[in-house]
Amino acid sequence: MPKRYASIWFYHLLTDWMARHQPDLRAIPFVLSAADHGRMVVKAVNDLAQEKGIFPGMVVADCRAIFPDLRVIDYPPQQAEKLLNALAEWCIRFTPIAAIDLPDGLVLDISGCTHLWKGEKPYRDEIQNRLRQFGYQVNIAVADTIASAWAVCRYGKSNLIVEPGEQVSALLSLPPSALRLEQSIVEKLEKLGLQHIGSFINMPQTALRRRFGMTLLHRLGQARGSEIELLEPVQPPAPYEERLPCMEPIRTATGIEIALQQLLETLCRRLAKEGNGLRNCTLNCYRVDGNIQKIQIGTNRPSRSTAHLFKLFQIKVSQLEPALGFELFVLQSTIIEEISMEQEALWAESNNDDIEAIGELLDKISGKVGQQSIRRYLPAEHYWPERSIKTSTSLVEKATTAWRKDLPRPLHLLSRPQLIEVTVPIPDYPPMLFRYRGTIHEVKKADGPERIEQEWWIEEGLFRDYYCVEDQDGKRYWLFRLGSYHTGEPKWFVHGFFA
Amino acid sequence: MKGLAEKKEIIQKLQNQILTLQGLRKGNSGSYTDMGLGPIANAFPDNTFPLGAIHEFISSASEDATATNGFISGLLSKLMLKNGICLWISNKRTLFPPALNLFGIEPERIIFIDLHREKDVLWAVEEALKCNSLAVVVGELKELDFAQSRRLQLAVEKSKVTGFIHRHQPGKENPVTCVSRWKISPLPSVSADGMPGLGFPRWQVELSKVRNGQPGIWRVEWAGGKLRSIPRKPILISKPSISKIASYA
Repeated sequence: MPKRYASIWFYHLLTDWMARHQPDLRAIPFVLSAADHGRMVVKAVNDLAQEKGIFPGMVVADCRAIFPDLRVIDYPPQQAEKLLNALAEWCIRFTPIAAIDLPDGLVLDISGCTHLWKGEKPYRDEIQNRLRQFGYQVNIAVADTIASAWAVCRYGKSNLIVEPGEQVSALLSLPPSALRLEQSIVEKLEKLGLQHIGSFINMPQTALRRRFGMTLLHRLGQARGSEIELLEPVQPPAPYEERLPCMEPIRTATGIEIALQQLLETLCRRLAKEGNGLRNCTLNCYRVDGNIQKIQIGTNRPSRSTAHLFKLFQIKVSQLEPALGFELFVLQSTIIEEISMEQEALWAESNNDDIEAIGELLDKISGKVGQQSIRRYLPAEHYWPERSIKTSTSLVEKATTAWRKDLPRPLHLLSRPQLIEVTVPIPDYPPMLFRYRGTIHEVKKADGPERIEQEWWIEEGLFRDYYCVEDQDGKRYWLFRLGSYHTGEPKWFVHGFFA
Repeated sequence: MKGLAEKKEIIQKLQNQILTLQGLRKGNSGSYTDMGLGPIANAFPDNTFPLGAIHEFISSASEDATATNGFISGLLSKLMLKNGICLWISNKRTLFPPALNLFGIEPERIIFIDLHREKDVLWAVEEALKCNSLAVVVGELKELDFAQSRRLQLAVEKSKVTGFIHRHQPGKENPVTCVSRWKISPLPSVSADGMPGLGFPRWQVELSKVRNGQPGIWRVEWAGGKLRSIPRKPILISKPSISKIASYA
C-alpha cells in the first residue's frame, strides 16, 4: 500500500500553550526569552508580537525598542518536547503511528487511516479543527513522503494536500530551505541564484554532490520518495492492544462495560490462539476533551478468561470520570506469559480448574487490598530467624533449598523480640525465672542453647543464644540472650511461643 | 445376641434420622477424611469431625493463641493431604511459617493474606469460603458477630469448604452459627524417658460447644504427626535389652 504522511506544524507552539494556560495572554503580544551568550534572546513569539515585527532570534532589548509594552516570559526549557509528546499521544486516536518532529511539529503515518473519516480532506480538517479548539495554530500538509509533507506544510501557499505521486511537482516552487538543509548550504544555493527547488532538482546528481555534498542529495531523495525516511513513533504500539472507537461519546457505566467486554473478548481470543495469558492489563479511555483516563488490573497467574478479567475491571469502572464522554477505548497488556502445563506442578494433585479458580480468587483479593498482602514463604539460606524465610509473589515459584526441620522453631515469632527480666543461676544456663508482661514465669524445663551468630556480611551485631523453655503452667517460650557475660550484663528477650 | 445387634442397628438408624431432622447434613459423603482426632471425634454427631462447616476457636493469651494455631495446623495437615490448598487470612499474624514443618505441612503450600483491617479480613474469608477449589480457610480475627457468622455459614453450605475462625481475645464470647467452639491451652510436656528438656507439645482441648454433639475436655499430645490422648500414667517405652544386642555382635 502506498504510504501517506501528514506533517503538522505548530507555528506558535509554546506561546499557544502559554496562552492556553493563562487566557489573559491571548490579547497581548508576548515573547518567551532565554539567556544566550549573556543576552536575552527571543525564543518564541505569539502572533500578535509577530505582527509587530518581532521574530525569534532577536535580542529582547531590540524588541522592546520596537514595542515598549512587550511582555517577556522565561522560556521553559524541554517544554516543547514534552508538549509534542503529549500531542503525539493525543494524535494516536487518528493513527497508530505518530512521531514528534522537533522543534515544533509532528509527523503522522496516516496510510490507511483516512477512509474512516471519508477521505483525506475531512481527516485533515478534523485534526486541524480539533487542535484549533485547544488553542493551537497549526498547518497540516499531507503527501507521499515525510520530507515533502514537511516542506509543503511550512512553505506551501495553498493546496496542502499533495496528490499521490505529485510530491515533486509540489516542491518545484518552494525555496531550498523547505528541504531541511543546513543554513550554510541554503546560503550557498541562494548565492548562486537557485531560489526554488525547481531550479536545481533536475541537475545532474554528480554536479550537485560535488558542490553541495551528499546531504542535499539525501534530502532530495527523501522528498522524492526514492530514499526511505524512518519515523520513531512516540509510543511504539503495544503488541497486545485492542482499540474500540465509538461513534458517539460513551458516558454511562453500562456503555463502558459493553466496550470493555468487547475488547476483552478480542484480546482473549488472540491469547487463547497463542497459548498465552496476561498478567496485567490497562484500559485507556480517551475523553472528548483530550483527557486520557486509565484503569489497571493485575493478575497473580497468567489469565485469558474474559469473565474473570471483566470482573476485575468491573470493580474499577466507577473510578472513571466520563464527563462529556469517551470516544475511544484502548485495551493493552504489557506483561504476557505463557500458560504452561508445568506451572501446575506445585499442586500436582490438584486439577487445573482448581488452580484457575484459586488464581481468580487471589486476583479479586489483590484487586481490593493490594498485591503486597498476598504472600507465600520459601526457605532462605540464613540462620538468623528473621531472615530464614523469603516471600515469593509467584504462586508457582518452588523452593530452591529444603526447609530445615532439625532445629526447633516456634510456631509464633514476634516481629520484634521483647525485653524480659531474668534470674540466671550461672552463665550459659537458661534462666530460673523470668518476668514477661508483668507476670513471673518459673522455668521448669529448658532446651538449649542454640547459638545463632549475626551474619556479619549483612549486619554487625552480637550473637544470640536461644533457649526453649517451659514454665510451671506448661507455656512454652523461645528466649534468647544477646551477647555473653564477658561483655557486661547481657539482655534477655522473648522471641516466640511454641505450640 | 442376635436380638441385641438388631436393636443396636435400629437405634443407630433412629439416631441418624433424628440427626437429619436436627439439620445435620452429611458433608461430602463417601470421601471420608480421618482427622486423627481419636477420642475427640466421638463428641461429634455420627462420630465424624464435620467438614464443610465453620469451627470457632477462642484464645485469650498469646501462649494460648500459639497452642490454638498448633492444634489448627494439626487439623490442616490432614485436610491438606489430598487436593489441599489452604488460605491463611489474618490481620495481626505472628505465625512463623518454618514451624509448620513440625505439623507435617510444607509452608510454601499455604498462601498467607495479611490485611490491616478486620473488615477486610472478614471480606476475604467470606470470598475464600465461596471458592470450592480450596480445602480449608483459616481466618484470624478478633470479633465476629452473629450476622457475619451467618454469612460465612451460608458460604460454606454452598461450597463445602472447611473454615477455621480463630478469635484472639474477643470482647465477649457471643453466640455464633459455627458448629463448634474450641479452646486450646498448653499443658506441661513430658519428655520420653524422663530426660531433661521439652517433650512433645501437649494441650488441653476444650470443646465448649458442639452442634448436636457432646461437649467435653481432653488432654492430648501432638507426637509423630498425629494427636494422641495422654494416658494417666507416664509412658513407658521398652528399651531393647543390652544383653540381646551384645549377643548379636
